[in-house]
Amino acid sequence: MKQQVLTFILNGEEVAVLVTPTETLLDVLRERLQITGPKRGCDDGECGACTVLLDGEPVRSCLTLALTVEGRTVTTVEGLMVKGELDRLQKAFYERGAFQCGFCTPGMLMVAKSLLAKNPNPSRDEIRSYMAGNLCRCGSYEEIIEAIQAVAAGEY
Amino acid sequence: MKKKGVGMSCVLHPTGNKGAGDPSQAAIQLKPDGTFALLVGAVDIGQGSNTILRQFAADALGVPIEKILVSNFADDFAPLCLGSFASRVTLIDPHAVVNAVEDLKRRIREWVANEWEANPEDIEFDGETVYLRGDRERRSMTMDQIAAGANFGGGYNPGFLVGTGAWQPAKFHAHDPETGEMPAVGAISFGCCIAEVEVDTETGVVDVTRLVQVWEVGKAVNPLLVRAQINGGLHIGMGYALTESSYPYWPTEDYAPEKLGDYFMPTFLDYPPELIYGIEEVPHPAGVQGAKGFSEGSSNGPPPAIIAAIHDAIGVWIDTYPATPEVILKALEAKKASE
Repeated sequence: MKQQVLTFILNGEEVAVLVTPTETLLDVLRERLQITGPKRGCDDGECGACTVLLDGEPVRSCLTLALTVEGRTVTTVEGLMVKGELDRLQKAFYERGAFQCGFCTPGMLMVAKSLLAKNPNPSRDEIRSYMAGNLCRCGSYEEIIEAIQAVAAGEY
Repeated sequence: MKKKGVGMSCVLHPTGNKGAGDPSQAAIQLKPDGTFALLVGAVDIGQGSNTILRQFAADALGVPIEKILVSNFADDFAPLCLGSFASRVTLIDPHAVVNAVEDLKRRIREWVANEWEANPEDIEFDGETVYLRGDRERRSMTMDQIAAGANFGGGYNPGFLVGTGAWQPAKFHAHDPETGEMPAVGAISFGCCIAEVEVDTETGVVDVTRLVQVWEVGKAVNPLLVRAQINGGLHIGMGYALTESSYPYWPTEDYAPEKLGDYFMPTFLDYPPELIYGIEEVPHPAGVQGAKGFSEGSSNGPPPAIIAAIHDAIGVWIDTYPATPEVILKALEAKKASE
């Protein structure tokens, strides 16, 4: 299939990459750009492990055709760290044990990032509801809720 | 109509096979920079075995945990561990690690004694300092100095300072033909789960509204990980009790799940809005510092507690996992028909 040049902003830097029209954003990130933070879980839009922010909105990168992000801004978990400093959410997840195997964590962090950007002080129910599209088989939901609440409360 | 009910379960969870052998191995090496490379066979799938085995090695050596590097890289090179299953690792592998540390200390004693022309039995450890008993002023070396000396030689004798260890709960022990007795397990952990549910008698949907789970774990080697495993075990337990099945569209396999979304695992919204965990510590005689495993049991507590709560709510015993809305409504219909 004919390849095309895709140009977009990835974690603050412009990238240009050759892609085919049927490739998903997840394919391009992981296979062509070696950005392996977004995880390929179900590859079907059901688990949320591949979530990235597209112009600040969480999207399933496994369901997003790569060419649709032309000229737009994509943030993955790799882009959360600034100047060697972990993001507040990353610190809270890490210190509060908000994961076990860590496979879902990049997706959880991106959705939580988007939640706090829209609602800096979410209630417990608002967190549960906003995060509900992301699955964690290790069952770290309670710890994730607490980590988000701790960030909202200014503890990090 | 929504009906509330409360149910309780008690769990006895065996860990470590005592009847048929169940060993693990470990090796630890003093690296040139004074750190320690700990090799274990236990697979860390997120439960944190690498973390706690580092803790045990650091404790046994009397050095900060940052000095311990751990690897369980590839079966081809790693020591053997029978596996990360049945909550066996926390009971068994720490013994292998501690034995390996003792073996390494013996090697270090011998190496240092050779340098000082002293008796290895007179070499003492004080954290990262090694000294000659009775002459600490003149005869002492830091672990960094020993590491550099043994690994790089130079003015010292070269040495490869590695300790190895292995452990299992007991040798093979056949059934006693007279009594049938067989000490099958290395340790037992105990748990209790109390669930509160709300059953919608029109739709058959069961919501877990509150849940408490407490585990007696011997020694909570890492309380953060113990908590994650108690609350995390609930994920499997709740799914088992209420939603997860390979054949949710029973009765024919034609309707079996084809993708992840057909298989209903609990989400954030399914988790109880109020979730409480508890840890009890009663040091177990077979464990290092009293530690034993428990975590698989935390999946086993919730299902019977939830089923008992459903009984409390609507007066029927569900004997089929998972208790899907279909199962609940059929049970309610059967109850009505029999009345």
